[in-house]
Amino acid sequence: MADAALLTTSDGRPLAQALVQAQARARRRAFLLVLPLLLFVMFSFILPIGQMLHRSIYHDGFSANAPLTGAWFARNPSGTPPDEAAYAALAADLAAMQAARTAGEAGTRINYVIPETRSLFTRSAREAKDLTPPYEASLLALDPKWADPAVWEAMRAAASAYTFDFYLVSADFQRAADGSIERVDENRQIYIALFVKTFILSAIITVLCLLIAFPVAHLLATLPMAKANLLMILVLLPFWTSLLVRTTSWMAILQGEGVINDLMVWIGVIAEDGRLRMINNQTGTIIVMTHILLPFMILPLYSVMKVIPPSYARAARSLGATSWTTFRRIYLPQTLPGIAAGSLLVFILAVGYYITPALVGGADGQLISNLIDFHMDRSNWSMAAALSAMLLAGVLVLYWLYDRLVGIDRLKLG
Amino acid sequence: MALPPYADPLERIWHRTYQVICALVFIFLIAPILIVIPLSFNVEPYFSFTEKMVRLDPTGYSLRWYDTLLTFGMQAPEVPRDGAWFADMWANSTWVQAAKNSLIIGFWATIFATVLGTVAALGLSRPEMPYRRAIMAILISPMIVPIIIIATGMFFFYSNPCAILGFECGRLTSTYLGVILAHTILGIPFVIITVTATLSGFDQSLIRAAQSLGANPREVFFKVVMPLILPGVISGALFAFVTSFDEVVAVLFIAGPEQQTIPRQMWNGIREQISPAILAVATILVVISIALLTTVELLRRRSDRLRGVTGR
Repeated sequence: MADAALLTTSDGRPLAQALVQAQARARRRAFLLVLPLLLFVMFSFILPIGQMLHRSIYHDGFSANAPLTGAWFARNPSGTPPDEAAYAALAADLAAMQAARTAGEAGTRINYVIPETRSLFTRSAREAKDLTPPYEASLLALDPKWADPAVWEAMRAAASAYTFDFYLVSADFQRAADGSIERVDENRQIYIALFVKTFILSAIITVLCLLIAFPVAHLLATLPMAKANLLMILVLLPFWTSLLVRTTSWMAILQGEGVINDLMVWIGVIAEDGRLRMINNQTGTIIVMTHILLPFMILPLYSVMKVIPPSYARAARSLGATSWTTFRRIYLPQTLPGIAAGSLLVFILAVGYYITPALVGGADGQLISNLIDFHMDRSNWSMAAALSAMLLAGVLVLYWLYDRLVGIDRLKLG
Repeated sequence: MALPPYADPLERIWHRTYQVICALVFIFLIAPILIVIPLSFNVEPYFSFTEKMVRLDPTGYSLRWYDTLLTFGMQAPEVPRDGAWFADMWANSTWVQAAKNSLIIGFWATIFATVLGTVAALGLSRPEMPYRRAIMAILISPMIVPIIIIATGMFFFYSNPCAILGFECGRLTSTYLGVILAHTILGIPFVIITVTATLSGFDQSLIRAAQSLGANPREVFFKVVMPLILPGVISGALFAFVTSFDEVVAVLFIAGPEQQTIPRQMWNGIREQISPAILAVATILVVISIALLTTVELLRRRSDRLRGVTGR
């Protein structure tokens, strides 16, 4: 302790203290350099996405337009059958909705959980101001669906602007008559099926990319520098070429009257009327996305393979291993970091792909991103947000895995 | 890769097969890009080679689709090509407008992304940087998060940026600034990645050397740091530019009719009236990307040389 006190800087401060201060200053300086960008990204990237995701649990279409019915729900516990007071409140709300032209909004909210109820609201609202007591009888006379306990349960759930209904719908669940949650019929389960399809297609694309990229990356890594550099340009050119250009040229190549079909008809492999359908379906999505994502597989594989010393393989051969054993036991395990990096990157990018499936996917080659766009188009913002949140959660898990296994700072472009 | 002298016949056959496979993969990579070039000169409105083209008959080729690019959207495309025709084209041609928009948006997005990204990369490369990994993950995330999610988020946010504060303050949708900001975000990861890669080989003691020789921070940056990292900064900027120049989803969601870019026009063209004019645009874009790739490759070699890395 006494010795430490003896060590001082030229202006008489203890050295340890001066060092701590200098380090803190250096840390602050480094952080200040990053701060402007960090703030920019926070405000124009993280915040907008957060705001958008908020819509997945917030929808005031019903709660804002049906205050009286909402008050009745607050007074009566869940499961209470609707009485005359409830119908009176509903009739008053419907009349108010008609005046403010908001019946559609309220109906849309209920429509998410019970299909075909939007028209129930709009139709009833049109007649609402002519309703007379007893309201229960007159509303049921308008439409017997008002007696359906499922509708009342859905309205109770919608009376609060905050809801998990959109996640229920995105996972193919619905509210049953008694308020419990059940799976929708098998033939209406579209969302889970699409998530599964997106994952399967992405997995197929990833595997195809790996199979195609592996030999090429190996070739690039083992060729002499000058030749490898030249061939590398052939890998990087697609990487630098516009995505739309690549998609367009694939359309020219794959379509019914396109280059490949013409060529095969000309050679005589297929008949004039037997032209293959390779576009506007899943095949198109797979072929084009494999081509577009291939550089993202080749580059990480290449950078790992480049540093594998060839002497290991030679040692294995000299010890009597066959070339296949050498590849399987010696070479392949050393390329695993590259395989992990490339596969994760390609899979992450494929899962969220939008443009290519939209242009060449046809009806059955659409991915989850395209469904988000579909809901955005129809102003189903909460549904789009819920699906986005689920997709984003999946992507972030993979991103976290990538950072753990590979490290984000090892990401390289060419 | 040379075959070792002890290879048996089976291995020789496999080696040949392997070479053929590699050649096929390279064809798969490059052919789709090069095939648009001859197709764009097709005289017929087809997406395939006509008989005349295959026979290399000059009458099978024409520049009509390039002409379409200039005249489409013009008020009087038929008049003789004098000064008035050029003025009309410059002011009204749909594709010329799109090219102008793409360049304006790309230019500003590149400037913003490069300046912010380079400064941040300088901080991130310092050994003292706190929370380096987490911050890096945030800054790279625009490249990872699906573009549709980014675009929807921005669509809501930009239609009223002050909503979070509880009041209205105009909108950024259908403005150039909105699209530029969106493209800046998308370009930042590329700048960060390339500049930090360049800085990873940067000898931090050079900064101390300059300081000890009496340079002030500005001189240190402009005379020592900047020349060494410039190749990385330029290739980052080119990446950011290409990202913006090729981006369509954010434009679909944020831009108004005034901000139609080349990819946006191509998107329309592909979805609606598909004509070989799209292939003409594609050809021009391929030529641009070849030029950009060449620039980046030259820069990379120069950067390696400066940093004392020999070969690749």
